[in-house]
Amino acid sequence: MSKTIVTVVGKDAVGIIAKVCTYLAGNQVNVEDISQTIVQGYFNMMMIVDTGGSSKPYAEMATELEDLGDEIGVKIRCQREDIFTKMHRI
Amino acid sequence: MVTILEVNETNKMIEQEKLDVRTITLGISLLDCCDADLDALNRNIYDKITLAAKNLVSTGREIELEYGIPIVNKRISVTPIALIGGRACRSPEDFVEVAKTLDRAARDTGVNFLGGYSAIVSKGMTPADEDLIRSIPAALSSTGRVCSSVNIGSTKTGINMDAVKLMGEIVRETAEATKDNNSLGCAKLVVLCNAPDDNPFMAGAFHGVSEADAVINVGVSGPGVIKHALEGVRGKNFEVLCETVKRTAFKVTRAGQLVAQEASERLGIPFGIVDLSLAPTPSVGDSVAEILEEMGLESVGAPGTTAALALLNDQVKKGGIMASSFVGGLSGAFIPVSEDQGMIDAVNRGALTLEKLEAMTCVCSVGLDMIAIPGDTPASTISGIIADEAAIGMINNKTTAVRLIPVIGKGVGDTVEFGGLLGHAPVQRISRFGCADFINRGGRIPAPIHSFKN
Repeated sequence: MSKTIVTVVGKDAVGIIAKVCTYLAGNQVNVEDISQTIVQGYFNMMMIVDTGGSSKPYAEMATELEDLGDEIGVKIRCQREDIFTKMHRI
Repeated sequence: MVTILEVNETNKMIEQEKLDVRTITLGISLLDCCDADLDALNRNIYDKITLAAKNLVSTGREIELEYGIPIVNKRISVTPIALIGGRACRSPEDFVEVAKTLDRAARDTGVNFLGGYSAIVSKGMTPADEDLIRSIPAALSSTGRVCSSVNIGSTKTGINMDAVKLMGEIVRETAEATKDNNSLGCAKLVVLCNAPDDNPFMAGAFHGVSEADAVINVGVSGPGVIKHALEGVRGKNFEVLCETVKRTAFKVTRAGQLVAQEASERLGIPFGIVDLSLAPTPSVGDSVAEILEEMGLESVGAPGTTAALALLNDQVKKGGIMASSFVGGLSGAFIPVSEDQGMIDAVNRGALTLEKLEAMTCVCSVGLDMIAIPGDTPASTISGIIADEAAIGMINNKTTAVRLIPVIGKGVGDTVEFGGLLGHAPVQRISRFGCADFINRGGRIPAPIHSFKN
C-alpha cells in the first residue's frame, strides 16, 4: 500500500501537531516522518503516514482531516504519495 | 522519500497555477450495437454506454479526492454513429433519434459531454454518412451533451470537397437552429482533417474503429504551470526557455499518466493514451496566450507568435513523451479564442486576426477553434476556411480542425457569451472576398505526393 502525505499549512499556533497526531493515532494511522518549515510566515508541515492499519475509508479520513483543519484555522490536505513521486522522480 | 519542497511545489501548481487533469474520456465501441431496427439499436446503444460508464464519474471523483488533483471533466466517446446507425437509420430524422439516445445515456452516466456523433468522409460519403451529416443541425439543437465531428480529409486520401461544401452549409444551419442560444450548437461541432482515433478532447472526440472495446484516454492541461515556470527565466536564452518548458511539461504529464493508470485499474478498462495538449480555460492564469506573451511578445498575434507557439508545442511534446508510456490524441497546444482569456484580449486590442490564427495552426495541434464570426457569413466562405485548414493538415501530416461559430444576428464588434468552459468571444472580421466558384466545383482534391510512401 502506498504512503499518504498529510500537509498542514496555516498561521502558526500552539497544539497544531498535537491535534493532528491525536486524530491520526485515534484512527490507527502510523506517522513515519515529519518535516516542517516556515514559508512566508506560514507554518508548513508535511507528514508521511501509513494508513494501512486504519479501517477508515480514505475519503472519510481526508474529509475529517480537512474539517479538523477548519476547526484549528489551518488547511490540512491528505494525498496519496504517488502524485508527488511520479511528478518529481524518474 | 519525497521532500517537503517537492510536496509544496506540486500543491502550489494545483492550488495557484491551476494544474488539473482536463478530462478522463472513456472510449466505447458501439460496433456490437448495430441492428436493423431503430428501437433495438437505440436500446443497445443506451445499455452498452450506461453499463460501461456506470462508475466513470464516481471513480473520477475518488481519484480526485485521494490525489488532491482536480479532474475537470469526465466524458465519453463512441464509435462514429454514421457507422453504427447505417442499417437502422433511413433518414436524417432517424439519426436524430440516436442523438437523443446518446444524450440520455450521457445524462444518466453523469458525464458533461459525449463525442462521436460523427462521420469519417475523407474520401467519399455513404448514404448513411450523408444522412448523419444532414441531421447535425437538428441533433445538436435537440440535445445538450452530444458533440459532433466530421472528418473531411486526410494526408492519405486528400480532401473530400463535396463534404467541405456540405459542412459549410451544415455549420450555418446549426447556427440557425440554435440562434436563440447564441448559435451555441456550432461550439459542439468540429470539422477535422487527419482526425485521430483516440482524441479525448471535445468536440472532436470519437472512438475510432482501430480501438478496443473500451479504453481510457486522459487529457492533461496546465498552461498556468508553464507560464509560472517561464516567469522564473525572463530574459534567458532559448536553450533555457526550451528546457524549462520541457521539464515542466514532464511534471504535468506525469500527473496525467498517474490518473490514467489509476482510472484504468479501478474501472478494469485498458489504458489507451495520454493526450499532452495544453488546454486553456477562460479563467485568468490558465491561458496559452499568456505563455507566449511571457516569452517576450507584447501581445499574442505580434510577429514572433508563430515561432513562439512552434517551440512551445515541440517542447511540450518532448517533455510529455518521456513522462507517459503511450501518447496520442491531439497532443500539442490548443489555441481556442473564446476559451482563452489571453486570446480574447488580443483580439479585442486588434493584435490577433483570423489570418494570424491560421498561420499559428500550422505549428500547433488543432486549428481555428471557437472563433465567433459574423452571422451573415456565406456558407461558401465557411467552406473556404474549412478547405484552407484541411489543406494545412493534409500537406503537413497533422490534425487540423475548424470550429467556427457564425453567430446569427451578430456582427463584428459584438461579443458573444457561451458560458462555462466555452467562454466568451468577440465576433471577428473575416475576408469579404468570396470563394463560391471554387467551392462549387465539387469532387475531391487528390492526396499529396508525399502520401505515396508504399
